[in-house]
Amino acid sequence: METVITSYCRITNSVLIINGEKLTLEPKETGQQQLTDIYKRLEIQYPKFHKMDGLCKLGVLATEAALMHSGFLERHQPDSIAILLSNKSSSLDTDRTHQHSISNKDNYFPSPSVFVYTLPNIVIGEIAIKHKITGENAFFVAEKFDSKLLAEQNLTLLKQNQVSAVISGWVDYENGNLDALIYLTEIVPNSIKNSKFKPLNDLTIKQLYY
Amino acid sequence: MDALIEKLKEQIIEQLNLAEVKPEDINPDASLFGDGLGLDSIDALELIVLLEKHYAIKIQNPADGKKIFESVRTMAEFIKSQGKA
Amino acid sequence: MPEVFTSYNSVISPLGFNTKDNLSALLNHSIGIKSVQFGKLNEWFCLSKIDNTDIQNHHASIKHHELFTKLELLSVLSIQDVLNQSGVSLKEPNTLLIYSTTKGNIDLLEKGTYADIPEQRVYLSEMANFIGNYFEAANTPLVISNACISGLLAIINAKRLIDAGLYETIIVCGGDLVTEFTVSGFKSFNALSTIPCKPFDEARDGINLGEAVASLIVTKNSLLKTEKSLRIVNGASANDANHISGPSRNGDGLFKAISDTFKNYQNIKPDTINAHGTATPYNDEMESIAFERCSLTNVPVNSLKGYYGHTLGAAGVLETIVAIESAHINQLISSAGFSHKGVSGNIEVIKSHQHSTINHVLKTASGFGGCNAAALFSKF
Repeated sequence: METVITSYCRITNSVLIINGEKLTLEPKETGQQQLTDIYKRLEIQYPKFHKMDGLCKLGVLATEAALMHSGFLERHQPDSIAILLSNKSSSLDTDRTHQHSISNKDNYFPSPSVFVYTLPNIVIGEIAIKHKITGENAFFVAEKFDSKLLAEQNLTLLKQNQVSAVISGWVDYENGNLDALIYLTEIVPNSIKNSKFKPLNDLTIKQLYY
Repeated sequence: MDALIEKLKEQIIEQLNLAEVKPEDINPDASLFGDGLGLDSIDALELIVLLEKHYAIKIQNPADGKKIFESVRTMAEFIKSQGKA
Repeated sequence: MPEVFTSYNSVISPLGFNTKDNLSALLNHSIGIKSVQFGKLNEWFCLSKIDNTDIQNHHASIKHHELFTKLELLSVLSIQDVLNQSGVSLKEPNTLLIYSTTKGNIDLLEKGTYADIPEQRVYLSEMANFIGNYFEAANTPLVISNACISGLLAIINAKRLIDAGLYETIIVCGGDLVTEFTVSGFKSFNALSTIPCKPFDEARDGINLGEAVASLIVTKNSLLKTEKSLRIVNGASANDANHISGPSRNGDGLFKAISDTFKNYQNIKPDTINAHGTATPYNDEMESIAFERCSLTNVPVNSLKGYYGHTLGAAGVLETIVAIESAHINQLISSAGFSHKGVSGNIEVIKSHQHSTINHVLKTASGFGGCNAAALFSKF
């Protein structure tokens, strides 16, 4: 048995990379517009998408792209898939929106549909809901993209047999800046050879991020 | 009344981020929750904020929301009954 | 494989600046929740807030304390307390600090809260690094921010990282403040009670927010074993995959987290459950159903939210520490605010403090984003 990364997606404001296939994105005025554009490109039908904040939109899109044609969801039970994500700015982008809504006592309208997104792990919840994934969850916050942290957490979880597969990566959205890498990790029998599979380790994850 | 209903539709779309919905898609008599627009519990709270923000109406008991937010028309009727439109 | 267990701990809350004072306050039925005017609108809220003068009485030991935010000060005091008790040093390469929080220094977004502190420290990693640097930590602190299960998840994660051989000793610190940010948000959710909250009670109508910082050492170093140490037998998390703000009606995620925790330990029957028990109608109902589904119907259950309010990212660490202390003295602590059962699941809520042998404790937590966690602790 071997622990490998079987699929991935990288999104920034200028590129969308799915398993090495790179698509250059036209610049858009706002991060939100870029997210809507990617949504249309990926031909996803999910009205809930439009209600999400930037962080959740980005995480859901990158996950959808990584899952497409991967066969991942057919190989694993939804209750044995974990979702482990990380980022730098937590939910700060939406935190600032909420803070703004309470900054003036004469115009004080905190919004429940904004406040609900002021936690970074809501993106895990959105991905879980979309695919009914009920396994382990964790959201880590780090100074910068940390491949060591991700590799350690992925391997620990898989080695200790908590789950059979992990949706993992980095999802950061702040001030319109998109920065996401989602990759799928599975334990596969040695008999299944696929040149696209990459061994799960610190270095591989680092390479996917660039 | 019709003008208020049209205005409400636009405000609902904006406040609830219903990007794929156009005002003409909303039947003023259709249920907002469940099968109709498919709104959820957070949206219900958000509609309370909408009334407060745009119409200065405070709903003290959120349980009252159920009747008020049955459809766009019931919302409009409620706003009228409060003398705010 | 050497066993991973809990060691020294420290709690800072409105009920005291160390664990001992907190425990005696709980045994004396003191609660930290008070009705106070709060926020720009000066509205009345029931909150469990740490008195600023109490902080001033304690921060003298910290050099340049004016350069610390309130949460950083409390965190440093709490971590220093467990380091002093244990002799552990974060300078050692085999030690790690895990910081658990939902909002960290979110009060930095409010203009004018602090004069000399850069807004940069609103980033959770910046805050954790600042705390880590104070202790000259060898490793970059790990930050877990996973809503209301953060604290329990941090303890479970600490055990796993030690089991994996990556560290020997981990200090888990959980902290969150009561801020206008969270108070206004939960109010817009219509989730706040205007009276001290009543977990599992028929009259419960919402949460009280609370602030606390709690630190717990998790280790496999037998030299750090104390008379209070509990083995961390196992833990798990699970997602409802149902709704981002409401729990699953039938407790699916919590049921799964508890079932996974007991998967290889079905012979163990917990003597008590320290539940999440936020006192919202849906949460407590969901928990009661999950406990019944797990056949935990006659296990005494409490929630500590009636004493401390909901301390968000601190809750899992704070409540685990109280559970450890309560197991040590074999005393079940009453679920403050509870008088008449108002949940449909068949559970036994602890009405008054009582002596009882406690060998195994189940701790659970649930939160926004559909997340749930459970962990099982046992005496040696």
